[in-house]
Amino acid sequence: MAAIELRGLTKVYPGGVKALDSLDLDIPDGEFFALLGPSGCGKTTLLRTIAGLETATGGAVVIGDRDVTGVQPGGRDVAMVFQDYALFPHMDVTDNIAYPLRIKKVAKGARREKAEEVGARLGLERLMDRRPGQLSGGQQQRVALARVMATQAQAFLFDEPLSNLDARLRLEARTFLKKLQRELGVTTVFVTHDQAEALAMADRMAVMEAGHIRQIGTPAEVFQRPANTFVAGFIGSTPMNLLDGAVRGDTLEVAGCKVSVPASAEGRLTGGEKIVYGVRPEYMAYSAGPAEGALSGKVAIVENLGASHLVTLDVNDVLVQAVVPEGSEPAVGDDGHALPRRDRALVYRDGELV
Amino acid sequence: MAQATSPPEVVKEDERTRRGYSSDAAGLGNLRAGAFVAPALLLIAAFLVFPALWVLYLGLTNYRLTGAAAAEPQFVGLANLLDAVSNPTFWNSTWLTLQFVLGSAVIGQVVLGFSIAWMLRDRAGPLKRLVEGLVILAWILPSAVVSFLWVALLDRDGGTLNALLGIPGFPWLLDHPMLSIIVFNTWRGTAFSMMLYGAALGNVPPSHLESARLAGASGWQQLRDVVFPHIRGHILTNLLLISLWTFNDFSPFLITAGGPDGRSEVLAVHVYKVALQSGELGYGAAVSTIILLINLVVAVFYLRLLRSKK
Repeated sequence: MAAIELRGLTKVYPGGVKALDSLDLDIPDGEFFALLGPSGCGKTTLLRTIAGLETATGGAVVIGDRDVTGVQPGGRDVAMVFQDYALFPHMDVTDNIAYPLRIKKVAKGARREKAEEVGARLGLERLMDRRPGQLSGGQQQRVALARVMATQAQAFLFDEPLSNLDARLRLEARTFLKKLQRELGVTTVFVTHDQAEALAMADRMAVMEAGHIRQIGTPAEVFQRPANTFVAGFIGSTPMNLLDGAVRGDTLEVAGCKVSVPASAEGRLTGGEKIVYGVRPEYMAYSAGPAEGALSGKVAIVENLGASHLVTLDVNDVLVQAVVPEGSEPAVGDDGHALPRRDRALVYRDGELV
Repeated sequence: MAQATSPPEVVKEDERTRRGYSSDAAGLGNLRAGAFVAPALLLIAAFLVFPALWVLYLGLTNYRLTGAAAAEPQFVGLANLLDAVSNPTFWNSTWLTLQFVLGSAVIGQVVLGFSIAWMLRDRAGPLKRLVEGLVILAWILPSAVVSFLWVALLDRDGGTLNALLGIPGFPWLLDHPMLSIIVFNTWRGTAFSMMLYGAALGNVPPSHLESARLAGASGWQQLRDVVFPHIRGHILTNLLLISLWTFNDFSPFLITAGGPDGRSEVLAVHVYKVALQSGELGYGAAVSTIILLINLVVAVFYLRLLRSKK
């Protein structure tokens, strides 16, 4: 068990692509940490650089007070679960789990015992003699996890651990992984492009874009107070409303409507400046009748989300979305009014949170 | 009414098209399909099947290139075969062929081809293209041309190798005839193995190699635990093909002509010498039959190994 520290980590690929641009990151011992971002943002490169599969162009990787920047992957005492699980097809489950121990020259009896112990813990007792080709996706994932656990490494790295599972299994595996990590208490870094996955599993997360970390925080912090418009647009299953506006005295003018200044931005704005007003559809109170400080327009689209509906209003040619609980959804063409919650709305100046 | 009758019709049509699709995709019918295949089958029968059967028959006669036995060959049964297996020259040739196949195909081409492919696997750019270009060049040149080049290289008096090493007058082809043709055939045939292994290595999932590296596996352990199990089928196919090709290869004749004193007379050269130079066609055909049987055994052996994968 160890903390992971990155100091000014830079990775430039031959050809000049800068995948990581001088990153600093501290992951305390025992934390479940998510690297989140769109494809090509550098999150996988970052994970692979921690593992040593990519060599850093500059900066340092420190795992448990030991600078491992120049150390080969095998000497870093980290274990990784790959997206495709990377189980060896010609070995049975026992041999797959015991493989890292075999490389470490652990005696045959001892490593079989360890493999069986870890396998039993993950519910693989009856599958120990099978080949990976005879296992389902979920079982293969558990074998890959068992192999990682058997190494007793200082830190675990997961590369898109859930992306090869079908949608239903993914939810189960999410809960399972979080529980397992909590029980083991091993520092774990995982990469995902799915914001819901990161929010659900991580203790803390980093949102990345183009080789930079745009925000680090707990899922609650990142969801409620995105530090910039990139994170605001990326996090959340329904995208945040980001509306151009301007400061007019004590109020904001957004999409031709007057709305009150959010609590978080009070006293920090100057009259006349251009801003971006951000509010999540979940934090809008929808009503059929007019309300003070609401965004008013005609209902353009109604989408069914199951227990609620996503209503898109056309407010003076600007589209604004609001989540409406089931039973009170309007019809297309109705007049609608969406009142943002003052304590949840946010104001961005030049893309950064005010 | 129409609604009531249409569903069964649809099912029938569905079935018919499905059956048609599986057995006769082009919709030609047996006769026309046969007509398309016939020319190829006739050519194969005339130039491959018939000569092979003819050799089997010749092996049972005392047929000669010239003389009385050429005009009226006598049926001698298994006499030629018995002659061959009691002939020390035949056994010498078999032993030399074994050396030739093991040395130049199994050890030379496979090991060298795989090593080059492994070393170049994640290289790109001019070095890789240069190495590949040189190796493939050795493969695409006509046998007559490369044989001449090698004779010029190894020549006793004016040879390039002796000039480079500064030992004029060293008779490579006389003192080390087997070594010469083994090195020659390795050089000539490595390209095929290199390209085959290059393609095979591209199919080894990088995550499997990385997984082994993270566990701390050395280069050799990565080869043993990840690469070889993955490309087992490629290795066996490669071994099968080049073993057979090398076994039947005639180009050593172009360099040493089987000499000196039969010291590089591999089986293919032996057959040529007894059948066409000495004119004993019947005996040559019998030896050819033995070669055919050995090839068959080798092929069945590899194919068995290949199938035991599952």
